[in-house]
Amino acid sequence: MTNFFAALFYLAAVVFIGGVAWRARLYARTPAPLKIPTTPAPFTRGGVALRMLREVVLFESLFKASRWTWLFGWLFHFGLLLVLLRHLRYVTDPVWGWVAWLQPAGVYGGFAMLIGLAGLWARRLLVDRVRYISSPSDHLHLALLAAIAGSGLAVKYFWHTDIVAIKNFARGWLAFAPAPLPADPALLAHLAAAALLFLIFPISKLMHAPGLFFSPTRNQVDDSRARRHAPAVN
Amino acid sequence: MKPEFTIPVVINPPQTPAVRAGAMAHSRPFVAKAEHQQALGFPGELVDDWHDKALAKMKQLLDSSRALQVFMDSCVKCGACADKCHYFLGTADPNNMPVARQDLLRAVYRRYFTFAGRWLPWLVGAVDLTEDVLREWYAYYHQCSECRRCSVYCPFGIDTAEVTMAGREILASVGIGQKYSNEIIGKVHDIGNNLGLKPPALAHTLEELAEEVSEDAGAPVAFPLDENGAEILLVTPSADFFAEPHVDGLIGYAKVFHRAGISWTLSSHASEAANFGLFVGSHAHMKKVAERVREAALELGVKRIVVGECGHAWRVAYSYWNTLIGPFDFLDPNYPAPQHICEVTHDLIHRGALSFDKSIHDDKVITFHDSCNVARASNMGGVPGGQFILPRDIIRACCNHFVDMRDDAIGEATYCCGGGGGLLTDDLVELRVKGALPRMQALREVIDEHGVTHMAAICAICKSQFGKVMPYYEFDMDMVVSLHQLVGDALILDRGAH
Ligand code: SF4
Ligand code: SF4
Repeated sequence: MTNFFAALFYLAAVVFIGGVAWRARLYARTPAPLKIPTTPAPFTRGGVALRMLREVVLFESLFKASRWTWLFGWLFHFGLLLVLLRHLRYVTDPVWGWVAWLQPAGVYGGFAMLIGLAGLWARRLLVDRVRYISSPSDHLHLALLAAIAGSGLAVKYFWHTDIVAIKNFARGWLAFAPAPLPADPALLAHLAAAALLFLIFPISKLMHAPGLFFSPTRNQVDDSRARRHAPAVN
Repeated sequence: MKPEFTIPVVINPPQTPAVRAGAMAHSRPFVAKAEHQQALGFPGELVDDWHDKALAKMKQLLDSSRALQVFMDSCVKCGACADKCHYFLGTADPNNMPVARQDLLRAVYRRYFTFAGRWLPWLVGAVDLTEDVLREWYAYYHQCSECRRCSVYCPFGIDTAEVTMAGREILASVGIGQKYSNEIIGKVHDIGNNLGLKPPALAHTLEELAEEVSEDAGAPVAFPLDENGAEILLVTPSADFFAEPHVDGLIGYAKVFHRAGISWTLSSHASEAANFGLFVGSHAHMKKVAERVREAALELGVKRIVVGECGHAWRVAYSYWNTLIGPFDFLDPNYPAPQHICEVTHDLIHRGALSFDKSIHDDKVITFHDSCNVARASNMGGVPGGQFILPRDIIRACCNHFVDMRDDAIGEATYCCGGGGGLLTDDLVELRVKGALPRMQALREVIDEHGVTHMAAICAICKSQFGKVMPYYEFDMDMVVSLHQLVGDALILDRGAH
């Protein structure tokens, strides 16, 4: 069991890091032959950095588009961020101060994720426009994320597991010498689902995360008259 | 007027329609004849190996456009863009939701170029490329005006216009081009403008215009053509040479130049600002069309290039000219190259070089239609949002009564007129009428609330489109005016008077 999960996560890590790097390299190497920034396009690189920051942190464009999607989307993503930060306690020893401080908030993050996912899923099922554009994989993405968040909360609240053992497993895994993993079903489901998420990341719409940074309508500077945009073309 | 389709009902506040699948599946423009395809280097009819050719073309486009590659991968189907397209709002056809429009191409992309689509097509909505798919592409990639409204709202900036351009380019490359756009591009290559107006005819038109305007204005307003050594080369849409209300805009530019004492000229070689190469997604044709401007500017030895009222032309000029036909190191570095006519007029107003009799417009209440390409793909004046500020400043400088339409129908959120992107053709009139709905609703509101009498625009396509579709909504087509018509009518030409 321990070896299986350790191997699964090594594979997932390789696929995730390698896959994202492969796509990112492809995006970076594909030429952007013309200037196509969308209004309101900043005139400077600094302005573009700020615009990106607003997109990443506030989901600015989505906020303009649809308050409900924004609300649920934002809840989910920032819940996820809190939860990920909370998980740092499994790999840091001693646990960093701010990670320890964040622990209670991290739990709320788990609930925020679930609320966000529920809202997004409801939109996908109830709004006829969004239903029309949904394919099975869109539902499965939501199901997978809900399974990860739900099983994580289940481990926390219902089927407690040996936290110290998990931490030993995680730190051991990082050092290529994983310690025994507790064989609790909820925990194993949580880990398996998380591994699956990393495995499909580079070949799925989860690539939207790195994709944003390469989006020419968002990352280009509006200076086409002042500076000649003359990239090498394939 | 008795159309064979239902005209959408103008309701305020506007409502998002429930989806009606297939509502516009029948809408498709005429296919280009073999000769017009071949003139542009495309095959004359559907080639035998269209399947492989289309996929090869798709691969080539993916490899040469980061935008297309990133957009194909990044959509999360959040639906934020779904209710943002005027064609969806006006037709309720779900394939006119920007994301669904992208998906027509994305489904094939996934099938042939992604792991998931190759092995589990049903899971990710991947489909085989069939002739039916080509037909669907042809229908729905000609129901997008490439206005980029969706791109403003997408959390990843996915620009459906880029996808539409790719779709059209693939179609043309396997032999299914659009008649309207391809014929026009051919005419520009041959003659120099969209209308196919030859140099002697143009010279004659301009002479007559000069006579008429000078007589009316009581001042020698010239419309110079091919004048060597002029300060400014004006490149304007060819509709400005004839049609109402376009020509009143041209008269306005001429009066501004006259009053400011700036020498200027039109060119018979580059007698067109429009560049339909943009619409069909072809960089090569866009460059070839634009090249005429560079050649004319060099030939005539001008110091500045100014672009007249035309939305997509300004996008091409502002965003692409420097890349396609630059550098403009032969022009006067004290001015941006190129400049928009609004930038010229605005600057002159700012410097006190123009004065107006605003009372001439006191019988009017004006509103302003932001053209999509100006709004979302360009700037004016080098200030943030200048493309919205300058035209309004100019209107306020020459008219006493101006009101804006509601916020989600102007500025960066402006709705396309419904006829942009190569759709301004009679074979698409149903689409054009329906696509104009959001603009008609916003206009209705300011008419009811503020007694608006006129809507000014700075785009030849917008003006023609409104002239055509407004009667369907029982608006008077004369409500549409060129911005520089307002300028020209109120401008005091006599230098001594003020
Ligand atoms: S670019 Fe404009 S016309 Fe095309 S899908 Fe987007 S909103 Fe609709
Ligand atoms: S807003 Fe963007 S990510 Fe969302 S469905 Fe539309 S194109 Fe896809």
